[in-house]
Amino acid sequence: MHLKKTLVYFFLILISVAMVMPLVWMFSSAFKFRAEIFSYPPTLFTKNPTLSSFFSLFDQYPFDRNLFNSFFISTSYTALALFFCSLAAFGFAKYQFPGRDYLFLLLLGTLIIPFHVTMIPLYVFYRKIGWINKFWGLIFPGMANAFGIFFMRQYLIKIPDDFLDSARIDGCSEFKIFLCIILPIARPALTGLGIIFFMGSWNNFLWPLIILKSREMLTAVVAIRQLQGVLRVPYDLIMAASALTVIPLIILFLVLQKQFIAGITKGAIKG
Amino acid sequence: MAKQGQEIKKESIFKKIRKNKIPYLFISPFFILFAIFLLYPTIYSFYLSFFEWNGTGPKLYVGLLNYINLFANRPFKQSLMNGVIIFLEYVPSMTLLALILASLLNSKYLKLQGVFRTFIFLPYVTATVAVAFSFQLLLDKKYGLANLFLGFFGTEPIGWLNTPNLARICLSSLVTWRWLGYNMVILLAGLQNIPLELYEAAKIDGATPTQSFFRITLPLMKPMLLFCILLSTVGTFSLFEEPYILFLLTRGAGPMDATLTPVVYLYQVGFRYLHFGSASSIAYALFIILFLASLFEIKILGEKK
Repeated sequence: MHLKKTLVYFFLILISVAMVMPLVWMFSSAFKFRAEIFSYPPTLFTKNPTLSSFFSLFDQYPFDRNLFNSFFISTSYTALALFFCSLAAFGFAKYQFPGRDYLFLLLLGTLIIPFHVTMIPLYVFYRKIGWINKFWGLIFPGMANAFGIFFMRQYLIKIPDDFLDSARIDGCSEFKIFLCIILPIARPALTGLGIIFFMGSWNNFLWPLIILKSREMLTAVVAIRQLQGVLRVPYDLIMAASALTVIPLIILFLVLQKQFIAGITKGAIKG
Repeated sequence: MAKQGQEIKKESIFKKIRKNKIPYLFISPFFILFAIFLLYPTIYSFYLSFFEWNGTGPKLYVGLLNYINLFANRPFKQSLMNGVIIFLEYVPSMTLLALILASLLNSKYLKLQGVFRTFIFLPYVTATVAVAFSFQLLLDKKYGLANLFLGFFGTEPIGWLNTPNLARICLSSLVTWRWLGYNMVILLAGLQNIPLELYEAAKIDGATPTQSFFRITLPLMKPMLLFCILLSTVGTFSLFEEPYILFLLTRGAGPMDATLTPVVYLYQVGFRYLHFGSASSIAYALFIILFLASLFEIKILGEKK
């Protein structure tokens, strides 16, 4: 029994090391001089730690601007999507109206449409309305988010109706009920969903790669891809930029881990 | 007379809407956004798939030619084949590993479960682009850690990213690395829903842990496993960032197109060569294939009651 337990721990530690190793490698490479990255044998831990990669990154590229773009896009997207999702979820969860169940079914049906089917028409459409190289083009499409509405509805449906009725007797308008009663109660669900939205937007690559064109407009992840070397891949710059890009989400995850994982699993238990 | 009846009916619909205007108002943003950013593009994409169009000139109607070409030429078939190979390479083993890890973290005899869960889940929150570059450097023939490690056992340096089979294995390991924790967390939530009494009763009846695993855990976990496998199926055929960064020089195609996934191909045709019509046909063909594959998996793995 004792041996078995030791083996289990050994196995778990092995897996954990394998999971963390690529990130350790990323961070240690970010603090290396270019010469150390391209030296044989490679070193897992940095020999002469330096910030030179970070300095050259910010010297040669507008990466501070790129990080700001990512932050701006992810934050606005998360705020707007949370607002519209919970508004619609409130409508579906707490009102009786003709066609409600059909509309909800239609909403769930939209989940099967993969994003890549809409890519080319959206691109053509954006070109027509001048949304190429604009942040709106990234913020809007995901806002019609059936998953988010489904997620919020599951939570809101549990709120007792008496709660709303007493507010109505006090003369609250329906929208005010939503703002002042529903949203505060739904905070835990909003946090969980918000992290998922923020992460999705921050790490999103394909769509920003297609519609963002100028260096100043790129998000951080797309900017990493555009770092070009003359002779070799500039791993020093890439690793520095990568470290800066993954850090905010790692911190967010470590701080809000419980809500994060609750959000992920509640979203999954739907079928 | 009939017209009048219709008008009355129409009126009553408007009345109904007016009476319930608040909930309709609340749900309307979704349906407006849905119509503009999802429904319209989905229909337009289908329309475009019957044309030849470079995005600027006139559209040329070609009927089913785009679809015929798709299945007559190599790249698309190759991309589907790659999807199948990559799927087989990592989905069964990753799902099994995730289930084992979830079972271990669900056992009450272990300590530090939270810590292990954090470590294993961590890759999921990291940007794929950033991590794919780290993998690229890790696997570099000369400056990578992988070959240094193998060198201790006397292995000659391996060009991981240069041969088709190894390239696909590297891609599979990157995907496994990123998604193992996600699958584990989902399965863990499923395991926590299984009542402990079932296991206790089985134990009293003399069942070994292995027997309980196959007789209790596996059948009850079927819906969750199905969910994970469905997600992995769609995910594998839609892989883009991972191959695109890992094999940046070939824009995701990899050595001899070994890592050309359907979405990588779609991106090349659509946004590099600007064949909007034929790119739309790729998108639709993939959509339909994935839809059928999901139905098939649900039928095979779903509840048989």
